[in-house]
Amino acid sequence: MFIVIAGAGQVGHHLARALVADHEILIIEIDPSRAAFVAEELGEEMVMQGDACDAATMERAGMERADLVVAVTGDDEDNLTFCQIAKAKFDVPRAVARINNPQNESFFRQLGIDATVSATSLIMAHIEQELPWQGLLPVLTLQTRGLEIVEVRVPPHAAVVGRQVKQLLLPQGALMSLIIDAEGTPRLPTPETIIHGDDIILAVTSIETEESLRSALTSSTP
Amino acid sequence: MKVIIMGCGRLGAQLAAMLEADGHEIAILDIDKYAFAHLPPTFKGRKILGDGTDQDTLRRAGAEHADAFVSATRGDNRNALAAQVAKHVFKVARIGSVIFDPIREEVYRGLGLRTINPTRIEAEMLRESIERPEDV
Repeated sequence: MFIVIAGAGQVGHHLARALVADHEILIIEIDPSRAAFVAEELGEEMVMQGDACDAATMERAGMERADLVVAVTGDDEDNLTFCQIAKAKFDVPRAVARINNPQNESFFRQLGIDATVSATSLIMAHIEQELPWQGLLPVLTLQTRGLEIVEVRVPPHAAVVGRQVKQLLLPQGALMSLIIDAEGTPRLPTPETIIHGDDIILAVTSIETEESLRSALTSSTP
Repeated sequence: MKVIIMGCGRLGAQLAAMLEADGHEIAILDIDKYAFAHLPPTFKGRKILGDGTDQDTLRRAGAEHADAFVSATRGDNRNALAAQVAKHVFKVARIGSVIFDPIREEVYRGLGLRTINPTRIEAEMLRESIERPEDV
């Protein structure tokens, strides 16, 4: 794939390094000294100095043949504009944006950004999962129809412990995809699979049913 | 009308003063408290120190009950983000957004934003002053 990344900060730089073995990568960075620094390591041909939201720069970058754009600057407004211009003007099929202000997460998806990654939300979810009430960790937002993959750790005192999958009352549209037991063995759930405390469950859910799924799997009262 | 203006530079402040003179109720936002010095001393509206691209800040400025929202900072991307938040999150009926880059303006107009492009307007007026110098 040809992937164009906006922003050569820490995230953009390391993302490019990780992707370069399998993909054609171009990073656009506005700050000349940062661009030069990253170009030194990744090679001149992988880095372009310029404003990623400027159409002339985007044209020079060959945006019309990009399969994916990834916006990882530190500013939400720049990430949104880059993705929106890429999609509206250059017909890029898929856009991923880093989100700094968690309030922008669902809003950006509403505006047609296919996937969003919010470090703030992820860290918050991790913190919440450490708290006595058990949280639900978003793993991946799917591009279609507001679905996401979430991770839930079943607390030892949860009402679902000892029950079979077919006995569970899960919200409509939520699907348990994988169970990883305390030893770390992954299993595909069958209707007869028994839920244990400290199982990690990966489930597909709509964003609306997220909360009822969390409560169904972690609540101590049935 | 209740109007929220984001950006209290010369443009935002001038607009605020004009709209207030027309009898509208103004809340003006800026991230720099010294920017409010652009407002005339007679300004009676609300001055809010905060980032207009942030939903909580917009709520604080009264976005839920606003009739109109204008983003008039110097940053195209900020203006476009704030205008889209006002339009899609707070359902503000009238939106005006300043976008200096003509190409970006075209894209955002295509996405349904009411955009104003000062670059084009100024260029047209300058062209007129050159090609049709009436007041010699």
